[in-house]
Amino acid sequence: MYIVDMLGITKTFGELVANDNVDFQLRKGEIHALLGENGAGKTTLMRILYGLYRPDTGVIKVGEQPVEIHSPKDAIANGIGMVTQHFALVPPLSVAENVVLGNTDGFVVNRAAIEEKVGAAARRFGIEIDPKALVRHLAVGQRQRVEILKALYRNARVLILDEPTAVLVPQEVDALFETLNRLKADGLSVIFISHKLHEVTQITDRVTVLRDGKLIGTVDTSGISQSQLAAMMVGRETFGVTRKGEQHEQQPVTLRIQNLCAKNDQGMLALTNICIDVKAGEILGIAGVGGNGQKELAETLCGVRDCASGSIQLEGKELIGKTPAGFTQAGVGRIPEDRHEGMVGDLTVTENLALEHLNEYTRSGVLDHKATRRQAEELIHQFQIKARPNDPVRTLSGGNMQKVLLARVLSRNPKAVIVPQPTRGLDVGATDYVRQQLLEQRDRGAAVLLISEDLDEILALSDRIAVIYEGEIVGILPAAEATPERLGLLMSGAIKEH
Amino acid sequence: METSRPRLRFVKTDNPPVWVRPLIPVLALVVTFILTSGLIIWASASPFETYYHFLISPLTTRVSALEILVKATPLMLTGAAVTFAFAAGYYNIGAEGQLFAGAIAAAGLGVAMKEIPAVITIPSIVIAGFAAGMAWAAIPALLKVKLQVDEVVTTLLLNSVMGFIVSALLNGPWRDPNSGWPQSPEIGASAIFFKLIPRSRLNLGFVIGLLVILVLWFVLTRTSFGLKMRAVGLGKPAARFAGIHVGRTTLIAALVSGGIAGIAGVAEVAGIQYHLIGDLSAGYGYTGIIIATLGSLNAVGVFIASLFFGLVDAGAQTVSRVLGVPVYLGEITQATMLLVALGFFLLQRYRLRRM
Ligand SMILES: Nc1ncnc2c1ncn2[C@@H]1O[C@H](COP(=O)(O)OP(=O)(O)OP(=O)(O)O)[C@@H](O)[C@H]1O
Ligand SMILES: [Mg+2]
Repeated sequence: MYIVDMLGITKTFGELVANDNVDFQLRKGEIHALLGENGAGKTTLMRILYGLYRPDTGVIKVGEQPVEIHSPKDAIANGIGMVTQHFALVPPLSVAENVVLGNTDGFVVNRAAIEEKVGAAARRFGIEIDPKALVRHLAVGQRQRVEILKALYRNARVLILDEPTAVLVPQEVDALFETLNRLKADGLSVIFISHKLHEVTQITDRVTVLRDGKLIGTVDTSGISQSQLAAMMVGRETFGVTRKGEQHEQQPVTLRIQNLCAKNDQGMLALTNICIDVKAGEILGIAGVGGNGQKELAETLCGVRDCASGSIQLEGKELIGKTPAGFTQAGVGRIPEDRHEGMVGDLTVTENLALEHLNEYTRSGVLDHKATRRQAEELIHQFQIKARPNDPVRTLSGGNMQKVLLARVLSRNPKAVIVPQPTRGLDVGATDYVRQQLLEQRDRGAAVLLISEDLDEILALSDRIAVIYEGEIVGILPAAEATPERLGLLMSGAIKEH
Repeated sequence: METSRPRLRFVKTDNPPVWVRPLIPVLALVVTFILTSGLIIWASASPFETYYHFLISPLTTRVSALEILVKATPLMLTGAAVTFAFAAGYYNIGAEGQLFAGAIAAAGLGVAMKEIPAVITIPSIVIAGFAAGMAWAAIPALLKVKLQVDEVVTTLLLNSVMGFIVSALLNGPWRDPNSGWPQSPEIGASAIFFKLIPRSRLNLGFVIGLLVILVLWFVLTRTSFGLKMRAVGLGKPAARFAGIHVGRTTLIAALVSGGIAGIAGVAEVAGIQYHLIGDLSAGYGYTGIIIATLGSLNAVGVFIASLFFGLVDAGAQTVSRVLGVPVYLGEITQATMLLVALGFFLLQRYRLRRM
């Protein structure tokens, strides 16, 4: 018996078919992965189940009964809850208040009573969270727990998690998986979307694969390997991209960061005396557990965060004090850590691609629409972006957004490239593609600074690896000497190599 | 639930079909008609006749048709002013005060430049009005850009401040010495906007309004500054990341917006009243916000919305004159129409579905 049964779901956006006659069946008490490349239609299918989109055709059954789900309210009434990547929490309110929001019995809210109730619910589901804490003070992983608790508190029997691990550090992922296994043991069903195949094979019971909006198949996780899953997703074998050829020692230093200190949003020192040299033609990887200053480092190097002291030099020229536009003009290519912060969702692909270099498309104040359009068409072709020039960027899938950002930067052949988390949320194919692009930049002679929480990515691409811990660089080693064990020790702050 | 009777429900859609937009005014009219008929009958007039005079008769005579354009002129300007600021994500609620700033400049210079030929006086007062609106808008704009003070509050409050300044001027130094009325002395003939068509009130102000709409269209759609403005308005962090000066862009948009509102004041003084008076503006600055919203922040939309409001404005006068019903009836109808039109504007993002 299926708890959710979606039959023949089709959803189109204009000419684009996001879901093409998809069947999806969820059993009671299983963790079910939804897998597919960027733009395959995973989020769309789940938004339909949660009542955010209406399918063009198709039937949804919950517990064998056909149901109409027109809004998240209907979904909740049918025991379906969804946690999206962008959390819908009210930061100044407490955990308990957020959980009961929109679900209170009377007009008057009794703080102590709801804290008691929410605390009891959290204990029942084994979710570790303080109901009195203000959401504003919580880390990403804890906020996600609040979202999950919110759904469970509304008696969800089906939990949809859209790329829940993309924003988590490894320890938080472990905690999440523990929670999920526990919910499963209680008879709940979980739909789990992720691009990380090892997570899928670790936690799920079954996998449904989508490709180009079509159902490829549903298989048992136990009988399948990661490479078989990858093959189902992209329709061919994938090959991991790795660096080859050693870097020559004699290259000059392109990007020199010295004694850089910067504060975080709370005004606390988040970076202390960072010293890094990135040479021409090398990829320097910055490894570290998330939240150790990577965000602040990336923002400072992108020119959007003021540094407290120190210097950033590009080929000997000082960048500190320059505006973001100054960084770009000096030859720094930057992508933001959060791609939504790098692009204006309501502007078109063409406009977003032109945004960083408007001057070049402007003749006495007037924008040359033909030129921007031509450049957009070229870049869409060159970077294989699945979008039309006039599509608003917000309608693109995550991977294609990332490609737009990369295209905007890499097409300029910058001298230095700053890439924080470049493959976060990307599918296998797109990840390979982005990594390939970074290697090409390196071979072209650019200095590439790769900030990533994904150790495999760091090991696959970097010529040298620096480890950041609590805002300090605790060691820099050549790739040949970097073993996962040694990096692990550095990342945990157990040793320092300076 | 037990019965399978089909239900209708509102469902939000992402992309409303284009054909609904022109339908909005029509539907708004029908609904307003139904809502206000009762009142009209109570005032012992026929609803149909009233509406005929309201909407059709202004179009039937040349004089009243031109009057629509006269009424639309200040709305085009304030609508454009508000659009300019809103497009950049700066919520300028202060067009009303900026309008009066421009009007003060026009009334002052119009008297001072009595002896100077019109070719110099007219451009001077337009520029001065623009500058005055800009200067008045600079206070909240700088507070916003330098100190992050919320502009909605400051621009709104400054409207009241401007109200007091105007009333201080009119009851003090500028009180008409001959009549003793609280109105400024009449501006010189060289400062008066010439008539476009004899024996009507249609004047140069309308042409200026058209020009401003044209400039608005050009800036928003054709220039890189327009793209910068929209980028800032739609996504500040992303705009900053891409290297756009968010503060500078906001400041310029806010100042130009104030300047355009100032021109609206000039047009009222130099084109219609020839004095500064306390009720120079019938809330044009606020109506501009509605016009900008109904026109969905684009120049063509603003133009059409101001013509529509001009028609309703002109009609309200005709109705009370011809049918002898209280003027309030026109005003009530107008206000109802406004609310209904706004309601429809929001509703167009939904579609009805049979469940
Ligand atoms: N509101 C929308 N309007 C137009 N197109 C849309 C909309 N939402 C999604 N799409 C398109 O539908 C397709 C499927 O998108 P969807 O977000 O479901 O992909 P996904 O499998 O979740 O990808 P990712 O792994 O990148 O998140 C994409 O091509 C996307 O551009
Ligand atoms: Mg998705």
